[in-house]
Amino acid sequence: MARFILARLVKAVFILLAILVLNFSLIHAAPGDPASVMAGEAGATDEQFLEDLRRRFGLDQPFHVQLWIYIKGAVQLDLGYSYRRGMPVADLIWDRLPATLLLTATAFVISIVFGVIAGVAAAARQGRWSDSIISALALLFYATPLFWVALMAALLFSVVLGWLPGFGYETVGANYTGFARALDIGRHLVLPATTLGLFFTAIYVRMTRASMLEVSRLDFVKTARAKGLSPGVIQRRHILRNALLPVITLAGLQAGQIVGGAVLTETVFAWPGIGRLMFEAISQRDYNVLLGVFFVSAAMVLLFNLITDIVYVIVDPRIRITE
Amino acid sequence: MKPLLPSLALAFAMAATAPALAQQSGGTLNMVVQPEPPGLVVGIWQNAPTQMVAGDIFESLLRYDTDLQPMPSLAHDWSISEDGLTYTFHLHEGVKWHDGEDFTAHDVVYSVDVFLRETHPRLRASLVHVDSIEAPDDHTVVFTLNQPFGPFIGVFEVGTMPILPRHIYEGTDYANNPMNATPIGTGPFRFNAWRQGSYIHLVRNEDYYLEGRPFVDEVYYHVIPDAASRAVAFETGVVDVLPGGSVEYFDIERIMALPNTCITDAGWEYFGPLSWLWLNNHEGPMADVNARRAVMHALDREFMRDALWAGRGEVATSPLSSSTRFFDDDLPSIAYDPDLAREYLEASDYDGQTLNLLPLPYGETWQRAAEVTRQNLMDVGFNVNLVATDVAGWNQRVSDWDFDLAFTFLYQYGDPALGVARTYVESNIAQGSPWNNVAGYRNPELDAMWEASAVSPSDAERQEIYSELQRRLIEDVPNAWLHELGFPTIYRCNIHDLVTTGIGLNDGTRDAWIEQ
Repeated sequence: MARFILARLVKAVFILLAILVLNFSLIHAAPGDPASVMAGEAGATDEQFLEDLRRRFGLDQPFHVQLWIYIKGAVQLDLGYSYRRGMPVADLIWDRLPATLLLTATAFVISIVFGVIAGVAAAARQGRWSDSIISALALLFYATPLFWVALMAALLFSVVLGWLPGFGYETVGANYTGFARALDIGRHLVLPATTLGLFFTAIYVRMTRASMLEVSRLDFVKTARAKGLSPGVIQRRHILRNALLPVITLAGLQAGQIVGGAVLTETVFAWPGIGRLMFEAISQRDYNVLLGVFFVSAAMVLLFNLITDIVYVIVDPRIRITE
Repeated sequence: MKPLLPSLALAFAMAATAPALAQQSGGTLNMVVQPEPPGLVVGIWQNAPTQMVAGDIFESLLRYDTDLQPMPSLAHDWSISEDGLTYTFHLHEGVKWHDGEDFTAHDVVYSVDVFLRETHPRLRASLVHVDSIEAPDDHTVVFTLNQPFGPFIGVFEVGTMPILPRHIYEGTDYANNPMNATPIGTGPFRFNAWRQGSYIHLVRNEDYYLEGRPFVDEVYYHVIPDAASRAVAFETGVVDVLPGGSVEYFDIERIMALPNTCITDAGWEYFGPLSWLWLNNHEGPMADVNARRAVMHALDREFMRDALWAGRGEVATSPLSSSTRFFDDDLPSIAYDPDLAREYLEASDYDGQTLNLLPLPYGETWQRAAEVTRQNLMDVGFNVNLVATDVAGWNQRVSDWDFDLAFTFLYQYGDPALGVARTYVESNIAQGSPWNNVAGYRNPELDAMWEASAVSPSDAERQEIYSELQRRLIEDVPNAWLHELGFPTIYRCNIHDLVTTGIGLNDGTRDAWIEQ
């Protein structure tokens, strides 16, 4: 096991390096640069102003020099400076990380818990009206664009009903502390987390339901029934456990997006997280910030892939690591 | 926030006829700033959002009323010598920086002569007319010009000439000065906190030199990236002020239906934002003057104003905005006339090439304006292709003259010599910037007139030249002028004196007060 993990980690380092070089080249291929965007926003500029900016940002260097400087920094975990915000990228990401983790982790838990429960319930009532309703809802949420759901949720629950705050991380200027602050953040979290979770909930429902039905027709389930086990035990211990493998695969994918996967939700709900940081960095051509976010996201995907593989082994004894 | 008034009509009536109410102190002002500024030290950053927040923290020598007449700010008095060469400013005494240091004339000399000369391209262009800047004593500043430059009295505004603390910046690397994170100004509000991605918090400057001002205790600038969410923020009462451009124009009507909601177009007179289509005079179909005239008359700008810009702003009748000095209201018509457009097109060399039209990537309304424009042009016989870009891509294409037609809008800064000439003079043709004479219009005769008018000693003479310039430009149609843009500020009606100058919210909120 230890050797397996080590080998995977070594591979991951090389993949990360390749990703870095690829990202760096792609970003620099996009039209415009941070200096021109900044000068553009000022509404007036001259040669000197642009030159000053480019020199300050190191953009006057040839491409391969810039790439070399970046890679050299990145292997020492120095992600450089944000041109626009004048802060180290690592600080920016670190600063935004808690908000994003809170949002995506909540959405992750919501979608897994509700998705699996609803999927199991639908499979157990196959063909009945409750199954139809669950399946129809799942299909609806699967097909609806996230930003539209987000806007409508904000409009309904915030503007019309006034139940929940429609955007933001906490009530600005309220200066809550302790439990009151946690409650306040929690209230702000409901809409974005639910919105973000809906799509994955729908996928888990469909996946769990299909997988449960498939497994329930297998021979060992018949054997279990013949042994006289109660339907509940068969569902939990025999069917569900075997049906969970594809769900785990999917959960691994979703977990990989835990850092960078909430761009739309964070933008619509003004959630001060990493997805928004990335979105703004794209339009501002803030190369270092963008590369930094990509770097962290890529690392997360690799990490969660590894974790998923380990979880397989734990959940399903049939799977073994080949050394 | 409780609705104070039952109906919008009544709210308007009240706002218009309200007797001078006694100003009340206290309260919090919640505003929107969009996009999040890169920094708050105006002078290092000149972005629109920086200017808006910085107007509360920093000040300049003068402000300007809605007729662009100078008003006192850090200077309580000023005079211009007979020959137009010497500008003398007398500064308020007892003004302190937010860190307690005294503000003096030496800060002014340092800011203009050293700091801004290095960092501020727009001011730099005006400073070529300045021979020396001196401080004969702690509260007097004298600017000596090398020749009369009429527009000079218009450059003392806070976005153009902010006064920065010498004791903090002298001898440092401005862009990387650690104090940039906690800006120190003389303004009515002090910087308190900036939660990146969420809000910027300013608090009342207790030592402000104007007794009793500012009236409100604190100001929050909320950072909300999505236009629809900004509308929601106002609807749910989280923010009370939506500065111009915060929400899409098609949302204005819905927002205005809310109780206690007021709207004003004032506060943009100094900027006079004018939109137009760059027409590529360098090469291609638009190098032909008749094709350009055809474009000008093909555009149904009344319809755009009413349908897209929610009826806000005016259809442009001149290269000058009507709030800019020396605007002439008696010019040949450039109105919508599709038949005339077809005649011009017939007379031109245009033979069906596809024109590339660059929309301005600043949101939904601009996108729709591009679609209407395309439709209008196709109606008279042009073939038009919309090119999709983002902001950086737009900058790049416009800077590289890679378009046939491209949307833009620019500020005019009150005087044609400051904000209009730059668009039309040949000396300002250079690739690499989207804000110079991008169209590539060349007319040596007019260049001489622009030059003469800037340094002409009397306003009467200047008016004569500028009227002629406006007529000549309309004849040549170097660009197709669209609208004097209206950037309405939407706010709760119980906030008073929010916009009091021709610079509007960028001038800070020192006079604003909230009726409890």
